Amino acid sequence: MEQKVNKKIAYGLALVALCVLPLYIYPVFLMKLLCLALFACAFNLLVGYTGLLSFGHATFLGGAGYFTGYALKSLGLPFELSVLAGVGGAALLGLAMGGLAIRRQGIYFTMITLALSQMMFFIFLQAPFTGGEDGMQGVPRGWLAGMLNLGDDMNLYYVILAITVAAFAFIVRVIHSPFGQVLRVIKENEPRAISLGYDVSRYKLLAFVLSAALSGLAGALKTVVLGLETLSDVHWTMSGMVVLMTLVGGLGTLLGPVVGAILIVSLENRLGEIGHALARFSGIEFFGTLGQSVTTVIGFIFVVCVLAFRRGLVGELAPMLQRLGRMRRR
Amino acid sequence: MILVFGIPLQVLLTQLLLGLVNGAFYAMLSLGLAIIFGLLNVINFAHGALFMMGAFAAWMGLEYLGISYWAMLVIAPLLIGLFGILIERTLLRWLYRLDHLYGLLLTFGITLILEGLFRAYYGVSGQPYAAPALLSGATNLGFMVLPNYRAWVVVASLVVCFATWYLIERTRMGSYLRAGTERPDMVEAFGVNMPRMVMLTYGFGVALAALAGVLAAPVMQITPLMGSNLIITVFAVVVIGGMGSIMGAILTGLLLGIIEGLTRVFYPELSATMVFIIMAVVLLLRPAGLFGREK
Amino acid sequence: MSADIALAVEGLQAWYGESHVLHGVDFHVRRGEVVTLLGRNGAGRTTVLRAILGLTGQRKGSVRIGGVEAIRRPTYRIAHLGVGYCPEERAIFSSLSAEENLLLPPRVSRSDAGMSIEAIYAMFPNLAERRHSPGTRLSGGEQQMLAVARILRTGARLLLLDEISEGLAPIIVQALARMIIALKEQGYTIVMVEQNFRFAAPLADRFYVVEHGRVVTEIGASELEEKTPMLNELLGV
Repeated sequence: MEQKVNKKIAYGLALVALCVLPLYIYPVFLMKLLCLALFACAFNLLVGYTGLLSFGHATFLGGAGYFTGYALKSLGLPFELSVLAGVGGAALLGLAMGGLAIRRQGIYFTMITLALSQMMFFIFLQAPFTGGEDGMQGVPRGWLAGMLNLGDDMNLYYVILAITVAAFAFIVRVIHSPFGQVLRVIKENEPRAISLGYDVSRYKLLAFVLSAALSGLAGALKTVVLGLETLSDVHWTMSGMVVLMTLVGGLGTLLGPVVGAILIVSLENRLGEIGHALARFSGIEFFGTLGQSVTTVIGFIFVVCVLAFRRGLVGELAPMLQRLGRMRRR
Repeated sequence: MILVFGIPLQVLLTQLLLGLVNGAFYAMLSLGLAIIFGLLNVINFAHGALFMMGAFAAWMGLEYLGISYWAMLVIAPLLIGLFGILIERTLLRWLYRLDHLYGLLLTFGITLILEGLFRAYYGVSGQPYAAPALLSGATNLGFMVLPNYRAWVVVASLVVCFATWYLIERTRMGSYLRAGTERPDMVEAFGVNMPRMVMLTYGFGVALAALAGVLAAPVMQITPLMGSNLIITVFAVVVIGGMGSIMGAILTGLLLGIIEGLTRVFYPELSATMVFIIMAVVLLLRPAGLFGREK
Repeated sequence: MSADIALAVEGLQAWYGESHVLHGVDFHVRRGEVVTLLGRNGAGRTTVLRAILGLTGQRKGSVRIGGVEAIRRPTYRIAHLGVGYCPEERAIFSSLSAEENLLLPPRVSRSDAGMSIEAIYAMFPNLAERRHSPGTRLSGGEQQMLAVARILRTGARLLLLDEISEGLAPIIVQALARMIIALKEQGYTIVMVEQNFRFAAPLADRFYVVEHGRVVTEIGASELEEKTPMLNELLGV
């Protein structure tokens, strides 16, 4: 009982902190973080709780971004409808991609998602509405319910905060629901789930579509925040990024993806400075060039995580904190 | 001028050859991927990066040390095969007891490291590499003009692929690989040094990728990213053909290259995505893959 | 420790992952003996053989083969102590022909040459006939013959045989019994796991009963008749 109260207090504090943060940190950066954290949480729903590793989630992030951008910029649709268009588009893409990928198990599933995502990349590259290599720019933010001007960063921040927190709460709800429990059985022991009479393919597909739709929400919001969308959001490296965020933070934990997203995005942002600091500290000049080799550093983190750190930060720390809590209570 | 479906024969045959060249690379890479996956249960995402290193090795050999293409055909696979063995010994071997998704993630990370390093050094623009003098130019066959180097690539790849097939399916050495792919525990119970077999097999698969890279150097843009796009297409190839059969991997690769080439003639907008479309169709109609003989 | 003991197992514990399967197995086999491990299904008999070869997860205790401690050795080095293994599922490789299956296991002994391929084909003429067929296209009985034949070629003198009579026609089971007797006469040391008591009874010198991952009783061949009721109880027959 005490633990539940503690958790609620912790979440409450976090919410208060999030409301106050934009006064100290650049709101656009925070909004980008929120979107990518949502992306990672949506991805985790599939990999951490259903046990399906998709290497094609960039399609949903970037795809929704393009759809929403197009709706806002070229169709002149209001904010709410445009975001909905993005989410809907991502869900449809998820239905198609998931429907095909689920026909194979294990590693083949992953390869199929990667291949289909690559196909979508080429389609987005060639489709005129995306702007191809130049990308889509000048996406207006519009107004919320025709009343709140989203062009103001602070206004948009609280709207995005509300939406992402609601989405996060929704994900938590799904995970703890009977549906979520079946997903977990599928992850731990699929033959058992089948023998219990569950239509495993249906559940997997639904989880996939949910994950795709929520990823689409993240992508749609991100496009609104940044006012643009580029091919890098539908490239396989972005799919790899979300895998890494979830891995670093902790697969199959609630907060892991959030932590992972914060870490990786901040790292990417500050890599140059970190590199220079490391160079000064260690005297090794090479570190000074780190800023230019984001890819290499990301790859290095991947390797280290897979070899030594598979449970991720939250996965490693949570049991430790639990033990500390138990010790203190004695 | 002979027209086939409204296309001049010369154009059709040339595109077919180009398709066959791509098919040859698909075949060699999916062959290596299948061999590695069969024994190690790891999808070697780094296959593309190692292919790229093969091409770069050829270029670096010529640029810095004046080593000819012909020598690099032998040296590059050996060197990079050794590098592969290093990767297996220091990094991959820790993952064998785990879910094979971790193998994919690890090799993905290795890909990023390798591509990142090469990109930091050489940027994204391509390095030029000329075909060796002996193979430059073209031969007039009457019904078509045959680009010599590309014809060589097809012939050389086919020879290597079929030699590998023969080695695995028809020799005593190959029987160890086949048995080890089926029941590694039993092969080890018989006293065969499985860790060493695994290491050498990975090295061999990597060497195949590097050899493909050397062959590719004169016809593809040598850039740090040349491997990744290729490897994702190769993933589609192995989904279509399955990884349980060596011959299946080779034939599927060649076939898809040809289809891609033909698509470039008749529907050029679709050519980049053709392989993936076929993959989707195969998944709908025959989920186990064309030669599905999976574990 | 005299070189008279081909296999000495002491306090052997074994795990499959987290599952603790063997809780301290003790038994020994003298050179030239045939010993049978009896027990109910799930008692751990197959695991004993696998643990000797290092095919389980973690192991503790002592396994001495011909006097050499093998508990810390990797599987492929244990085989080279002169051990031949015939698993319960026979493990004939489907992607190899019968002859390739036969030729696969390498020589595991520097001193013992093992049977030549001609001698093997003389002992098992069926295998000669079907030598080019894919291994798993042989009949059950032929696959069993093949599984034993291939370890005879290696020079192994300690044979670990798991349920070789299982699922085979009586006439083939008789042939297998004759084979075991012939091998015993040639001085092979054999450890058999057998469910079929009638098959094992006339062949073995001693019997161990395994229960819940431990050896609970040892019975000599001469004591068999008087101990049969107790055995029936232990085996739940």
